[in-house]
Amino acid sequence: MIQVQNLRKVFGSKVAVDDVSFTVEKGQVLGFLGPNGAGKSTSMRMVTGYFRPTSGKITLGGIDMLEEPELAKRSLGYLPENAPLYSDMTVASFLGFCAEMRGLTGSARNKAVDRVLELCFLENVRNQSVDTLSKGYRHRTCFAQSIIHDPEVLILDEPTDGLDPNQKHEIRGLIKRMGQNKAIIFSTHILEEVEAVCSRAIIIDRGKVVADGTPEQLKKLVPGVNTLDEVFRSITRPDTVK
Amino acid sequence: MNNRDVANTLAIFKREFLSYFNSPVFYVIVVIYLLASMGFAFFFGRLLDTDNASLAQPFFFWHPWIYIVLAPAVGMRMWSEEHRLGTFELLMTMPLSPWQAIVGKFVAAALVWAIGLALTFPVVLTVCWLGDPDPGPIVTGYAASYLYALGCLAVTSAASAYTRSQVVCFIVSVALCILLTLIGYPGIVDTVVRTVPASLESIVRFVSYLSFMDHFYEMSKGIFVFRDVLYFLSVIVVSLLVTHLGLRSKRA
Repeated sequence: MIQVQNLRKVFGSKVAVDDVSFTVEKGQVLGFLGPNGAGKSTSMRMVTGYFRPTSGKITLGGIDMLEEPELAKRSLGYLPENAPLYSDMTVASFLGFCAEMRGLTGSARNKAVDRVLELCFLENVRNQSVDTLSKGYRHRTCFAQSIIHDPEVLILDEPTDGLDPNQKHEIRGLIKRMGQNKAIIFSTHILEEVEAVCSRAIIIDRGKVVADGTPEQLKKLVPGVNTLDEVFRSITRPDTVK
Repeated sequence: MNNRDVANTLAIFKREFLSYFNSPVFYVIVVIYLLASMGFAFFFGRLLDTDNASLAQPFFFWHPWIYIVLAPAVGMRMWSEEHRLGTFELLMTMPLSPWQAIVGKFVAAALVWAIGLALTFPVVLTVCWLGDPDPGPIVTGYAASYLYALGCLAVTSAASAYTRSQVVCFIVSVALCILLTLIGYPGIVDTVVRTVPASLESIVRFVSYLSFMDHFYEMSKGIFVFRDVLYFLSVIVVSLLVTHLGLRSKRA
């Protein structure tokens, strides 16, 4: 479903993403790991068509993102970092707008809104202004937006960031369930999450892929250690190191 | 243009248009606009004292000065707000072309301004009640006034594409609108023409021709020239092109 080849992004003189390639098939959940500033968000922004890569090729469901962006984006759902929302709308009207942008109108639109309100536990805040929502609800509203058109490809940038343990558990469950018939990429700093949800994980450091495999394979990557946390710390460098 | 283009543009337009009415800024601006445009007409323009059922001098004359400040205040949120909230990223990963969003947003702002302008109807009623005005100049005057407002809004759209700060957008847009007004202001142009060598006069005249004022002035007096309409339309097109470039630079 998602094919990324030799992706590279240069900002001025800084190489943010350097030669990243991976594929994600339907039914796979790919975890995106790496220290802050490693290029995770930049890579995701390129895959979603927000940033234009300096070089490389991205196809979603066989459609080239760079050549036919509007077509490729139809099969895509995206949750950006920090879950942006239009602050002057209610939850239901925001989701209705997103549904319309996905080509859903009339009763199809209302059905889609009802479906995601239920799926993301948002029925209580349906008519509440986005401005007044707590962080957990904001996050879930933006998450609801990303699945409103039941996309085949889902890209989630730190979907559990800032949620309480109950909410984290719910979102993980949701990702895992949806991962059965979608291709999902999500980035996280929580390594237990990777083991719980991902069928595969990639570790990025300074724009390069430094490890790629199932969580089990990654654990065996460094001799003498047996948790993902230790592997992560031994193969990536803190951002203070030159 | 296919159905999808129209549907996307309409969806953007609808959201944007409704969001103006959810914001107190809009109501404040409309009230100030009505107070200013009608206050100027009655007090400074001496609408009632001139004994003349014409709106050109007392009413439309003041509009450019009002638009210079108020049109950027209406338009400054157009793209700045999207950048600040981060919803720009969301919007650009949806299946729409940037043009659909740019046009949708601009048309929403334009319609909001049309409502504001329509609310100045008491001035028209006043002159109709007190005298027997010629409807032609009133229609061209309104058209000129509206085109001026659209020009200012388009400039604001371009400025807002480049910054996430509404304050920066507002100041830059006001400065640009003042510039575009003053370079064609008759008094200033005449002074400049008198001070520069005669060989440069054609350049000064050309620069003043690029001004909003130059094209507004004739129209506000009731002389409807297609060229002037075309001028404002090209200002809008160029500004929206600059908006497009600005949005693209944010995604580079």
